[in-house]
Amino acid sequence: MTPEDVDPVLSEHLHRIAPEIDLAEIDRSADLREECDIDSMDFLTLVTALSERFGIDMPEADYDEMRSYNALAAYIAGKVD
Amino acid sequence: MSEFLMPSLGADMEAGTLVEQLIAAGERVTRGDVIGAVETQKGVIEIEVFETGVLDGWLVDIGEKVPVGTPLAVIRGTGDPDPPEVPEPSPPAPAPPEAPQPTDPPVEPPAPEEVPLTDPTPDPGMPEIPDTPGVEIPPPETRHPRITPAARRFIAEREIDLTKLAIPAGQTITRARLEAMAAGPPEQAATDIRRAIAAAMSRAKREIPHYYLSHTIDLTVADAFVKAANADRPPQSRLLAGAVYARAVARALEKFPEFNGHFTAERFQPSDAVHLGFAINLRGGGLVAPALFDVAAGDLDTLMQALRDLVMRVRAGRFRARELSDATITLSSLGERGVDQLHGIIYPPQVAIVGVGTPRRRPWVREGEITPSLIAELTLAADHRVSDGHRGALFLNQIDTYLQKPEAL
Repeated sequence: MTPEDVDPVLSEHLHRIAPEIDLAEIDRSADLREECDIDSMDFLTLVTALSERFGIDMPEADYDEMRSYNALAAYIAGKVD
Repeated sequence: MSEFLMPSLGADMEAGTLVEQLIAAGERVTRGDVIGAVETQKGVIEIEVFETGVLDGWLVDIGEKVPVGTPLAVIRGTGDPDPPEVPEPSPPAPAPPEAPQPTDPPVEPPAPEEVPLTDPTPDPGMPEIPDTPGVEIPPPETRHPRITPAARRFIAEREIDLTKLAIPAGQTITRARLEAMAAGPPEQAATDIRRAIAAAMSRAKREIPHYYLSHTIDLTVADAFVKAANADRPPQSRLLAGAVYARAVARALEKFPEFNGHFTAERFQPSDAVHLGFAINLRGGGLVAPALFDVAAGDLDTLMQALRDLVMRVRAGRFRARELSDATITLSSLGERGVDQLHGIIYPPQVAIVGVGTPRRRPWVREGEITPSLIAELTLAADHRVSDGHRGALFLNQIDTYLQKPEAL
C-alpha cells in the first residue's frame, strides 16, 4: 500500500476528531498534533481507529514515527501489505 | 408518586430545555436510568431518575424551556397504588395521559417554507413525538428547534453537537439540513459556554479567597510506568498519564479531606468519595470539567476506561446531570503540548483545583547526579476559608509521593 492509498482514510478519521480543521490547509510535514490541535486522548482515539481499520499493530513505542500527517500515512502504508 | 424536577446542573443554571424523552408514559424505570435529555448552556445533558417505578407521564413537552425545579415528569414508585388506567408500554405514541381530545388538530409551529418537514427516510420504529395539542407553545424566538427522527439518528451516528450548530429557534431540524450545516461555524455553542464559564468564574473570583501553591515534581518514574504498561497493549486499552495523575490526587485526598467537598451555606461539607472534575478542552472554544466518580475505587484500567468514555461523550456534547453538579475537586492537566504551569480558578462550590503543567525534559539532581528527567509543575489553588497553605503544601507533597510509586496506584 502507498501513502496515497492511506490518505482518504486518514483524512476521514482526522476529520471526525477535528471537524473544524481544513486538512487542505495544514502543513503535512509539521507536528500533526499541533497542526490539528489534537490532545493525547484525541491521538489515542485516532490510533485506535486506524489500527482497527487497517488491522495493524501501532505500538506506543512507534509514536515518534507518526508525528506528522505524512509520517503517519507512510507508517501505515509500510505496515499494510 | 413523585415529581421528577428540572435538575440544577450547576450554580449558574436557571432554566433548561427538555430536548429528549427517552422513556414513554407507562414504561418502567430503575434508579439511575437516563430518561431524557436537557439542553443547557453547557450542552445536552442526560438526566437520570432517582427512584424505581413507572413513568406515569411527562409534564413538559420536548422543546419547552422551564426553570430549575419545574416538574418534568411523574414517577409512580413501586409501592404506590396503580392509577385507574395504566397505559400500555407497547404503543409507540408517548402522549402524556392528560393530553386532551385526539379530535383536536395538532398545533404545528410555524416553519419556513424552504425547510422540508417530511422525513426522507422514515423509520416506523422511531415515531416522531407529536406536539401535544392544547399545550401552550412559547413564542418562536424561544422555542427549541424540532428534530426529525432521521435527523436524530444522524446526530447519534455522527456524534454531532447540536449546540454547535446555529439553528434559528422555532425551525425544524431535518437530516438534509444537518448534512448541509455539519461543517458550519460553532458560534452559538461558543457563546453559551463562554457565558456559563463567565458566571461560574466571576462567582469564584468574587466569593472564594484563593491561595496558590506550586511544586516542581519529577515524572520520570510515572512516565516509564505508563510506557511499560502500554508496551504490549492494543490502543483501546492503553493508559494515559492523566488517569495516573487523577488517581494520585484521589489517593492523596484520603489524608487531606479539606480539599475535597463543597462549600455551601457558609460551611464546608467534605465528601467521603472523590468525584474528580476532569478539565476537558472543547473544540470551538471553552472547557468543561465533568466528574469522574469515585476515582479512588477500582483499578487504574477501570479509571482509564471511565476517563475515555467521559472525554468521548463530552466531545460529542453529551453529559450526565451528576457529572456537572457532583465534582468535589477539579484536576486540570495541560498535556504534552501546553505550557509550564497553570494557576487555576476554583469551580464553586468546590474548594480546590489541582494543575499539572506540561512535562519537559530538564536537568534534575537525583542521588547527587544531574540526570535528564521529565519535570512538571504541580499547582494548587485552594479556598482559604477551608484550608491554609501549610496543609496545601503537604497535600501537593503527598501527590508527588504517590506519583513516585505509580505501581501502587
